[in-house]
Amino acid sequence: MARRSDEVAAVVEVLIPSPLRSYTGGERQVRVALPVLAPESPPTLGGVLAALDGAYHGIRFRMIDEQGKLRPHIRIFVGERDARDLRTPVPQGTTVMIVAALSGG
Amino acid sequence: MAQRKTPARRTTLLVATRKGLWTLTADASRRSFTLGGPQFLGHVLHHAVADPRNRRTWLVAARTGHLGPTVFRSTDRGRNWKEATKPPMFGKSEGRSVNHTFWLTPGHASEPGVWYAGTSPQGLFRSEDDGVTWNGVEGFNRHPSRKAWCGDDKDGTPDGPTLHSIFVDPRDPAHMYFGMSSGGVFESVDKGRDWKPLNQGVRADFLPMPDPEYGHDPHCVRLSADPNRLYQQNHCGLYRLDRPATRWTDIGVAMPKAVGSVGLPLVVHPRDPETLWMFPMDSTDVWPRTSPGGKPAVFRSRNGGRTWTRQAKGLPAKQGWWTVKRQAFCADGHDPVGIYFGTTSGEVWGSNDEGASFKALAQHLPLIHAVEAAD
Repeated sequence: MARRSDEVAAVVEVLIPSPLRSYTGGERQVRVALPVLAPESPPTLGGVLAALDGAYHGIRFRMIDEQGKLRPHIRIFVGERDARDLRTPVPQGTTVMIVAALSGG
Repeated sequence: MAQRKTPARRTTLLVATRKGLWTLTADASRRSFTLGGPQFLGHVLHHAVADPRNRRTWLVAARTGHLGPTVFRSTDRGRNWKEATKPPMFGKSEGRSVNHTFWLTPGHASEPGVWYAGTSPQGLFRSEDDGVTWNGVEGFNRHPSRKAWCGDDKDGTPDGPTLHSIFVDPRDPAHMYFGMSSGGVFESVDKGRDWKPLNQGVRADFLPMPDPEYGHDPHCVRLSADPNRLYQQNHCGLYRLDRPATRWTDIGVAMPKAVGSVGLPLVVHPRDPETLWMFPMDSTDVWPRTSPGGKPAVFRSRNGGRTWTRQAKGLPAKQGWWTVKRQAFCADGHDPVGIYFGTTSGEVWGSNDEGASFKALAQHLPLIHAVEAAD
């Protein structure tokens, strides 16, 4: 899709859990930029993860399966909201926190 | 273990475990092994395989408790690793998700760079670029009978339904076999475009039909040194098939009744199609899946399964309650053949004299999923 001239980039801060830091060169916190088509239409969580995968290829598939579902031990918080839907909006200034909540031995 | 002639190449064992990858590198006599690793510490590795076509490429099938499945590859015998840019995954329209890649098989000698992967739930994938990108073999994954053959994705073994034991006929890259737990053994003669069940004569005691066409539970299938001969370790016994026949022969009947003929792995001799080894496990009442009676032993046949010999010298005489997973028993290419197995208790055992005696090569590792030899 061609960018509109009034399009601005949203920068989203993403907190990376230790099991995924091999993708980010060990960084705990990264920033991804993605377009905002209009102020009333903020980027979605799906868009943030796509941008994250664009910067760190392969990271998305470790969290999201091929049917677009969050894998069992992964939680993603948008701000303080436990987001289970990739259509969840990510308002400007909101941090996305990925949690790998493993149980068992 | 006995003194042996110097092999042309030193054997390295790739030991894939529930917590990472270790290697065991043999000295020239295969009497002493050096443990290396861990690599991928904390990753669940179901299979690690060396490419016999170039001897430098190793592939591992990985996931972790948190993260989805992927494949890592090395082109320098494990010094450096890169992740596949497109690991095995089903298409969006298939509605299924790969839980883990379970089995890796190098392709035909005439097709360098080709690999096959079997997944849980049952899926077949092919790479044509040495494991960098993988695509579904649509002739199976989208076969109109696939769901009937496999059942629901929730059916299958305790660790999930698996597609395993993928073999390419060394005479013909279009001729392939694989096994499915559950589903049975299947054959393709057109490079995977179509598949047909190959299960006649194999018991399926857990099904109501007396001789079902599919739905069986092969634990491990091996193509022998004679590519017309296959062996199968099944949930319901041991079998041999001599093609072009299509009916399997029960070769478990000659096993001692107190031991039974059920196990997970099966190993064939690299040059003698009459010789194979199995590792029995307790399949009574609730299926403890341990060595029968706590007395681990390998059983070898030199005559295609007509008779079996117990081989346990060096193994614990009692109170050994482990077993051996289906990818965790292998042979090297030397003469005499070395055989090696990894246990659910994290030990690797080896024999440099075709099973006459065994020696512990490593202990205290995590649960071992797979042991493969790279010569």
